[in-house]
Amino acid sequence: MAGHAVEHDYHLIPPSPWPLLSGLAALVWGTGMVVFFAGLVQRTGDNNMMEFFFSKGLDTWSSTLTGDGSVSGGWIILLIGCLFASFVMYGWWRDVARESAAGDHTPVVDIGLRYGMIMFIMQEAMFFVGWFWIFFETSLFHKFRASWNTDVLPNAADYATNIAPGVTSVNAWHLPLMNTLILLLSGTTVTWAHHALIHGDRKGAKWGLFLTCLLGFIFIGIQGLEYAELFHERGEGVAPWLANTAYGSAFFLATGFHGLHVLIGAIFLLVCWGRLMKGGLRSDKHFGLEAAAWYWHFVDVVWLFLFAFVYIVFATGP
Amino acid sequence: MVAISGNDTGSYGDDKPSFFARWFYSTNHKDIGTLYLIFGIISGLIGGFLSFMMRMELGEPGIQFFTNEHQYLVFVSMHGLIMIFFMVMPALIGGFGNWFVPIMIGAPDMAFPRMNNLSFWLLPTALICLLVSFVLPGSASGDGFGGGWVMYPPLSTSGSPGPAFDFIIIGLLAAGFSSIFGAINFITTILNMRAPGMTMHKMPLFAWSVLVTAFLLLLALPVLAAALFMLFTDRIDGGTGFFDPARGGDPQMFQHLFWFFGHPEVYIMILPAFGIISHIVSTFSKKPIFGYLGMAYAMVAIGVVGFVVWAHHMYTIGMDVNLKAYFLAATLVIAVPTGVKIFSWLATMWGGSIRYTIPMQWALAFIFLFVIGGVTGVVLANAGVDTALHDTYYVVAHFHYVLSMGAVFGIFAGFYYWFGKMFGIMYNKFLAAAHFWLFFIGVNVIFFPQHFLGMNGMPRRYVDYPADFELWNHVSTMGAMITLLGVVFFFLMLIEAFIVRRKVGDNYWGEGATTLEWTLSSPPPYHQFNTLPRIDEDPTEHDADKMH
Repeated sequence: MAGHAVEHDYHLIPPSPWPLLSGLAALVWGTGMVVFFAGLVQRTGDNNMMEFFFSKGLDTWSSTLTGDGSVSGGWIILLIGCLFASFVMYGWWRDVARESAAGDHTPVVDIGLRYGMIMFIMQEAMFFVGWFWIFFETSLFHKFRASWNTDVLPNAADYATNIAPGVTSVNAWHLPLMNTLILLLSGTTVTWAHHALIHGDRKGAKWGLFLTCLLGFIFIGIQGLEYAELFHERGEGVAPWLANTAYGSAFFLATGFHGLHVLIGAIFLLVCWGRLMKGGLRSDKHFGLEAAAWYWHFVDVVWLFLFAFVYIVFATGP
Repeated sequence: MVAISGNDTGSYGDDKPSFFARWFYSTNHKDIGTLYLIFGIISGLIGGFLSFMMRMELGEPGIQFFTNEHQYLVFVSMHGLIMIFFMVMPALIGGFGNWFVPIMIGAPDMAFPRMNNLSFWLLPTALICLLVSFVLPGSASGDGFGGGWVMYPPLSTSGSPGPAFDFIIIGLLAAGFSSIFGAINFITTILNMRAPGMTMHKMPLFAWSVLVTAFLLLLALPVLAAALFMLFTDRIDGGTGFFDPARGGDPQMFQHLFWFFGHPEVYIMILPAFGIISHIVSTFSKKPIFGYLGMAYAMVAIGVVGFVVWAHHMYTIGMDVNLKAYFLAATLVIAVPTGVKIFSWLATMWGGSIRYTIPMQWALAFIFLFVIGGVTGVVLANAGVDTALHDTYYVVAHFHYVLSMGAVFGIFAGFYYWFGKMFGIMYNKFLAAAHFWLFFIGVNVIFFPQHFLGMNGMPRRYVDYPADFELWNHVSTMGAMITLLGVVFFFLMLIEAFIVRRKVGDNYWGEGATTLEWTLSSPPPYHQFNTLPRIDEDPTEHDADKMH
């Protein structure tokens, strides 16, 4: 056929295995989630192999803590799914980085990547709208619910004055304040890294990014420390725990999903740091780093909302 | 609608990858669109089978085919989920959106071709999860999940403890992420890749409809994802208590989160059909669409207002009367932009040179039937009336008129309109007409009597009913058989067309078809617009000239 030169700057991509493999990884991961948290078979002792792999894995974790219970391998499928997904993401983004280095990301493609990242952050924001919505619902309308649900709430009268009677929140001015300062500081270090890169100071950029990642992982460590404390106090009914009240549920799932997003953001920044160390990311073209920084500021803002409402306002009584 | 200069008529390298790479590793928007359409047809057959069994069961009082009420409810729930997430959305947005949005805006492909394929390949994963749930333990009454597509707790928490529903959650999360990635892709493509000279106000209405739809997906689906995660953790022993009143939680809160997604979702399903119908009505009236800007911004208005009306699905939960008044008024407001669209279609046809081709028949039927569904929607929007009609067959009739006859007729209209463009061949007009008329008569016979059943108080989601309801149920089941015959003719049409292979030209609809896809060959080259088209003239001026 007669050839006809491509005269546009858009990026046409050759066939790629990663999307199909992502779908398969999602299937393995999803099956692992169901097996681990719900279990596909009951434990009867009839078929040890089936029950090892397909019975609920969570029972074993809690029974390990209490010292009884049988062995379950439900987590193995979940782990395989996670590793599979990680492998696919590595391969996919390695391809993107190579295409960028090869000059495929022309100015118009670069603008497209920016639109894409903005849209992605918008949908992340709407995801947190869901969590804040249920938090505000439980905290603003507990009085009404208390009067409707006198037959199911064990202490309806107490719910009329508090969203979670008997639960004392985490002291906002202790670990959470420290985490707030850490995240805000990391917001400045990532900006330092970005501007250092723009001005050609690669050494400064490397240090700035390294510190940002470090602060991110410290944040996650402190959050883990807080969860561990709450886990040990959960039985006494004074610490918020995901199972004791709807406030505890909102507390753990909202801060937990935020923590997950901090982890994602920190890994994103770590990848940028790795690319920087290997000589990637030019001073005039480094959208990977910019996208990571946008994402990092986004998780920062979500944390400020969590800190203000889930920690401070609850402690002072809504 | 758009005047084009510098047509891309040169033939150029059409080297396609090998079969496996082409269809499994695809990064080509047209191939991915075809995959979506095939996927939609398969899902439609599964969902259609479920509904046909339900209709057979309801043909007469008593339990004929199902083992128990639970199994019937499993069919009801899965019919809803599969038809919405795996038939209408993949066909309209994934199928036609992928095929024609890049071409209509003069782009060579989507903005993120690889992510485009990820959107597709998450869907088989999701469908497998849903189908697996049929054979896994659900509630005490049997396998599968029977809590309805709305998945309200406690039916979806303590009411269905088995892993069946956990798989549905995973499946819907996968389908949700598929749609979110698709939405990001469409928004970026439309905002960033329009051909030189194609301003937003010169963009074809189908691209506008997909743009609005993509924003609705982007903003509504994450909230559903959050709600599904809440259900997932609520279902674990020792898990959360979001929807457990004994721990200060609130099952009604799920309904709010769900319908905050669910109401935009109904516009997600109908807006692309609006876009398709606009093109078809304009083409076969040989006139530019009446009130182009009004049509575009009516869709934007529907999208915006669609986010603040969700609680009209929940009038009977015991909400405050002032809240009901607000949601009533906001809901009725949506009738205004919808009316703008209906009357603009009529005004487009007014004085036009109308051709009753197969796609035009589907489009006219769409307008007629969507108006019926819209009018019953106005009835149901009233909180007082809805208190009586809530969860009756009147509601079933209403939303099947807007979906099973709105969205689905939009899909078939688009399919027949672009069939030659996509596959390069023409269908047999007799078989296509038989498909249309059997389908048109069939669905009306199914759903029109359901208005009467609902007005007489027959509730939804029951496997059995008193003998008083037998007559119209019997008629409705006859309609299902007529529709099934229509579906048979659809497949006969497909088989015949692909065996006989009547080749079509570039613009087989002639003068009325003015969008960019008609400047390309049928089917289009593997990569179109290696030289981008230029859109220079003002479409309104140009079209006004053409009319003289």
